[in-house]
Amino acid sequence: MDPILPGRPAPPPLYGLVLAGGRSTRMRRDKAALAYQGRTQLERAMALLAPHVVRAFVSVRAGQGSDAVRARFAQIPDAHENIGPIAGLLAAQAQHPGAAWLVLACDLPLLDEATLAHLLRARAPARMATAYRSSHDGLPEPLCAIYEPRSREPLAAYVAAGKQCPRKFLLGADTLLLDEPNPRALDNVNTPEEYGSAMATLTAQGSTGRHITVQYYALLREQAGRREEVLVTAARTARELYTELAARYPFSLAPEVLRVAINAEFGDWSTPLADGDAVVFIPPVAGG
Amino acid sequence: MFRFTRTSIEPQALRAQLGDPACGGYAAFEGWVRDSHEGVRVRHLEYEAFEALAVREGERIIAEAIARFGVAHAACVHRIGDLAVGELAVWVGVSAPHRHEAFLACRYIIDEVKQRVPIWKKEHYLSGDSGWVNCERCAAPAAHAHRRAPA
Repeated sequence: MDPILPGRPAPPPLYGLVLAGGRSTRMRRDKAALAYQGRTQLERAMALLAPHVVRAFVSVRAGQGSDAVRARFAQIPDAHENIGPIAGLLAAQAQHPGAAWLVLACDLPLLDEATLAHLLRARAPARMATAYRSSHDGLPEPLCAIYEPRSREPLAAYVAAGKQCPRKFLLGADTLLLDEPNPRALDNVNTPEEYGSAMATLTAQGSTGRHITVQYYALLREQAGRREEVLVTAARTARELYTELAARYPFSLAPEVLRVAINAEFGDWSTPLADGDAVVFIPPVAGG
Repeated sequence: MFRFTRTSIEPQALRAQLGDPACGGYAAFEGWVRDSHEGVRVRHLEYEAFEALAVREGERIIAEAIARFGVAHAACVHRIGDLAVGELAVWVGVSAPHRHEAFLACRYIIDEVKQRVPIWKKEHYLSGDSGWVNCERCAAPAAHAHRRAPA
């Protein structure tokens, strides 16, 4: 049991909310009902959330409550129409004002346990919210985030002022922003093409995906914007891994000028990577 | 012995560790932070290392020097972190029965360390610019394509 620390109040209880009230216009099918590896996306999101929260709810629009995908979960119906996902959070905060809310969109098929665990560990109850900084555009990711009770009144005022964008709300609020441990975890799926691509990624991860720790030093550390990350990758060799990373980060160094280390020993670019390997790409050295 | 330090290197103490009645020669090399690099004024330096591999590779270099030149003792200490101009960045010491091998082994160690050990140096210039030594001119072709052609 955790020791009770004098003078430090317990953080507000954490409730979970999966947003499944969207209209899925571009997908032309209900996103909550899309199946990945035999489970609907809503079931996957609820299963990811459940172990971490006191109570878990699905946010629904009026009229969605009795459909087969949603009916088996506790629900919170939107009180506002046509203002997008912020309506779900607003309704949840109104119903349980003393709770903090871990909010998840239900179109994040690549969301993994590591990403959720990192968010929970880093949670800052004294701030208004804890969220990830998008690996694509650097802006807050509002739909895999924790909203503390302190955010309730500012959020209600924000909506009352006619604003609806949860990302801009987080930008203007006292938000703790974190780097994503897995930069693809929050890729959302809006179109049939993105659905196909996400399924292919999950299949690749399931059959050939390896967990690789990559540590960055010197110029590569600056260009990657991080010292270390754990990736699930289909890359078979260090060369393929570098190609994958160079597509994600603005690396200026060609592989020809780098050396590679695997598990803290000089390695070969074409050696097959194994699950759990630690890889370092070594820029030109300059000791002495 | 090869190791890193985050505080200043003390050559006197290190030198004492190489003492041996069988040795008649001691050679050392000290690398200092210079105030310019290729004509550009340097304000301070920053060294970073991939320590796990760097210590292994450094120890291999020391063992090679001992085996190759038959010296009695050899050691190298490299500083990491922020260094000011004039500070000691690297120290190599070798003791041997005779001076000839001591000089050769000392030279071998510093040359190999500079080429093989994963240590990086970032120079911070008086102008406010900075750059990773040996990394700024070997950009991938894709990066060059984004640069403006010289006037």
